[in-house]
Order: sequence, then C-alpha cells, then structure tokens
Amino acid sequence: MERAGDYTPSEMMIIAAARALRNDDVCFVGIGAPSAACNLARLTHAPGITLIYESGTIAARPTVLPLSIGDPELCATALTTVPVPEMFAYWLQGGRITLGFLAAAQLDRFGNINTTVIGPYARPKIRLPGAGGAPEIASFCRQVFVIVPHERRAFVERVEFVTTFGFGEGGEHRSRLGLTTAGPALVVTSHCLMRPDPETKELIVTSLHPGVSKEEVMERTGWPVRFAADLEETPRPTAYELSVLRELLKRSAPDAAARS
Amino acid sequence: MTDPGAPRRARFLSLPEAIAEYVHDGDAVAMEGFTHLIPFAAGHEVIRQGRRDLTLIRMTPDLIYDQLIGMGCARRLVFSWGGNPGVGSLHRLRDAVEDGWPQPLLLDEHSHAGMAAAYAAGAAGLPCAILRGYVGTDLARENPSIRFIECPFTGERLAAIPALRPDVTIIHAQRADRAGNVLIEGIVGVQKEAVLAAARAVVTVEEVVDDLAPASPNSVILPFWTVDAVVEVPGGARPSYAYGYYGRDNAFYLSWDAISRDRETFLRWMGEHVLSGRT
Repeated sequence: MERAGDYTPSEMMIIAAARALRNDDVCFVGIGAPSAACNLARLTHAPGITLIYESGTIAARPTVLPLSIGDPELCATALTTVPVPEMFAYWLQGGRITLGFLAAAQLDRFGNINTTVIGPYARPKIRLPGAGGAPEIASFCRQVFVIVPHERRAFVERVEFVTTFGFGEGGEHRSRLGLTTAGPALVVTSHCLMRPDPETKELIVTSLHPGVSKEEVMERTGWPVRFAADLEETPRPTAYELSVLRELLKRSAPDAAARS
Repeated sequence: MTDPGAPRRARFLSLPEAIAEYVHDGDAVAMEGFTHLIPFAAGHEVIRQGRRDLTLIRMTPDLIYDQLIGMGCARRLVFSWGGNPGVGSLHRLRDAVEDGWPQPLLLDEHSHAGMAAAYAAGAAGLPCAILRGYVGTDLARENPSIRFIECPFTGERLAAIPALRPDVTIIHAQRADRAGNVLIEGIVGVQKEAVLAAARAVVTVEEVVDDLAPASPNSVILPFWTVDAVVEVPGGARPSYAYGYYGRDNAFYLSWDAISRDRETFLRWMGEHVLSGRT
C-alpha cells in the first residue's frame, strides 16, 4: 500500500519511531520492528545510544538486524555480555534502563498489551508466544515506547489478557500498584503517533503520518479514538532516513523477509 | 530426588548412555541455552529414546521443545516465551495447547524475569524467588505458583515464585577438559543456574580438550563436581550455534515454520531427520 511519495507505511512507522530515540538513551530492545527502529537511530542521529537485548548483550552494535535476541551478531559487537538472571535483576529491575521498546500483538486504549492468548486461556483460539521480558520491561524501564502496525484487530477497546501492564484502567492505576515509572509514553503505528492523555492516560492521537486521515485511523482503532487539539503531521521520511533503513534491511536479508 | 548441592563426579559417556541413565519418564527436564548453545542433539536423543510425561522447563521453548512436544514427550511446559524467535509461532506447541495434539499440554507460564529468578533461587538452595515482577498482569491469575508477599522490612508488595529445581538439566557448551570441567562463553544465558539448581546435570560439548584455555578468567566454568555426565557431541547445538565454533542457522529457523505447520509434514520430517538418524 504505497502512498504519495515513495515509502511504505511500515517504513514511515520505523522512521518515526527511530526519531523518538535519543543519543543518551539506554534502551531495552525488542526483536523485529523495535530493533529496526533502534538500529536506524544508532546509524543516523543517535550513534551513542546503548542498545540492550534480553539475551544479556549490553551496547550491541549489530551490522545486520538479528533474527533472534540471541544472534551471534549481538554478542560479537556488544560492549559486554552478562548472564540472563543478572540482566533482569541488576540492570532492568535495578532501574538502570531509560527506555523499553516493545512490539505488541494487541494493545488497548490504556496501553495494556496482550501477547499471550486470543480467547480463553485454558483452550485459546490462538496461542501467542507469551510474556518474555515484556512485563518487567514495561514496569521498570523509565518509560516505554510501543510499535505496532495500525490494524483493527490489534487496537482493541480492552485486551483479552494483560500480558504487559500499561496504564491498567487509566488514571492513577500505575501508582496505585506501586509503579514509579512512566509506562507507555509513546505508541508508534503505521498511521500515527499516540501519547497518553496526562490525566486519564487514554492513548490520544498526537500526530498523523502524511496522507493519513482521521477517518482512516478511526476505522482501524477499536475504540472511539480521540485526537489532540494540536494535532500534528509527522514529517515525511527524508531520503537519508529511507536509504539508511533500506540498506539495513537489505543487509539483514533473508532475515528481514521473515518479519515482513 | 538427589541433593542438588551434593558433589558429583563427571563421567564421560556416549549420548545414548547419558540420556538413558539420567533422563527418566516423568522427570522435570530443563534444557537451557538462550538462543545460543541449545542442546538439540541431546533433545533428539530424548525423542529417540521415547521419553514420556516429561515436565519440560525452559525460558524460550524454541524448536527443540516444539519437536519434543510434537512427538508426545511432554505433559507440562514451564516457560516464559514460546515462539520461533523472529519468525512466528511454534506450531507444535500451539497445536498441543489449542487442540490437544498429540496430547494436551499443561502450562506453567511465567515472565523471563520470573524464570531467571526462579533458576537463581534453585541454584542458591532457596525455596522461592522474590522479585519485583508481574505487576498488573493476568499471568498471576492463571498461574497459582505466582504469588505476592510483603517485604518484612519495607512492606513493599513483591512477587514470589517457587524455585526451579529440575530433576535433570541438559546444556551444551563449547569445551570440557579431561577431568570434566566445562567452559561456556558468549551468551551464557541461564545455563549455570539451571545446572546448579538441578538434581542431575548432563553437558554435551563441542570438544574435549587437555586444557580449557579460557579466553578470560571470567568465563563461565562449571567444575567437574557440579555435573554428572559429559558427552562429546560436535555440532550438538545445531541449528542453534556455538560461539567460536559455528553460527546460527537462521535459514533453518525460517524453514521450520513450514515443516512444523502441518502434522504429517512434521512427523515425516522427524522420521527422516531425527528418529532414523544420529543428529
């Protein structure tokens, strides 16, 4: 589904996500689109960003995108590699990671994520892979970004299973549970950027990608989605961003093909 | 169950001997390796020897558990992420959970942080792991082994889960010396904890050498008195990888999706590549 210009919604999504990353971020990276966005940031405006994968690799600088969080490429290029219990206990739970970058199968209006089951838990219609590191990443990184293609089946009113707590039922729910971190501060989709309302914590569209209408986002969202009063338009990808991303994906083939 | 803390003496055995002696029907079996050093050859021998009613423990079940589940070896799965990394579903795992084929599979489901902490508690001889975890999730609703306690000092609410104490842990490593001391380098995952938490431990290695020649004094070493059996199996982690020996066969991980999707195709592949052969 090419739009005006010569980039895809998926490229727009990854580029918009990469732009949100900072050079001084210490980022816990999920595999797939989060990894593409984080490495694009590292190869463009944020060369000093620290990328951490849950296999224990700290400050990985892969030349190709890993197919798995434990690909040899990550260990070979990392500053250090630590055991998995240490990764979760000292580095994540210890509060030393500024940003968690997650993907999602299903996401709701309060940023809760389901990657466990569609249907009843004991006999599900679809059994998804499960939690992995996400529940604690979302709790103990200082803030969380989520990247997910904007499809109706993914953006639901309430997730069927809370694998990863976002804002729960909204409002002060996080702090009531003792969480002191910010939670899902940004959701990047193929069509827009969403951020939580400061009071209710409901996800609000704050920026539409070029050529995307409000109606299209409403059709693809399973709740009556709201738009910010100062709604912006996401700047379109630059030729430089596109060329670096495409080179990265090309280098990573055939692995990249598996994710598309 | 033998005492996980008791000194052992590593014996050098063949793979069929080691599996026959140390893996029994009904055991809780952990095969660890976080993407790296996954003990595929040992898992295939478990399948060939037809073990049944196993409780399979592993943070990331991966293809080897897809194969064990699809071949009917497993009754229960203790895990925290069950997919084909970067590719998609484990279809045999899904078939067992969604449709009970070849038999129903009970799940004891955690997060990575919980599983890692539970192995560490097992290695430390503690009854349970305590962590800040599972906050606000539905995992605790479905898994009665996830509970919450109050810190006696601060009053903070913390998650508690039982220590993992496998009957047997199986791992793959780069090298062992002739005394049976084992060296692991690269992504070291949770293997050390899984071995120290287990009543019995079997280690397959790429090669047995006179001198481990560790790359650094901080390499992970399992002294011979922490393992029961050492088995030389070059290539024993394929299609996973052994850092310094061979790379990850990402193409096979991609091709597994089509092989595993259909029951007949899966059974035919297993017959040709695992049941009939020495993998």
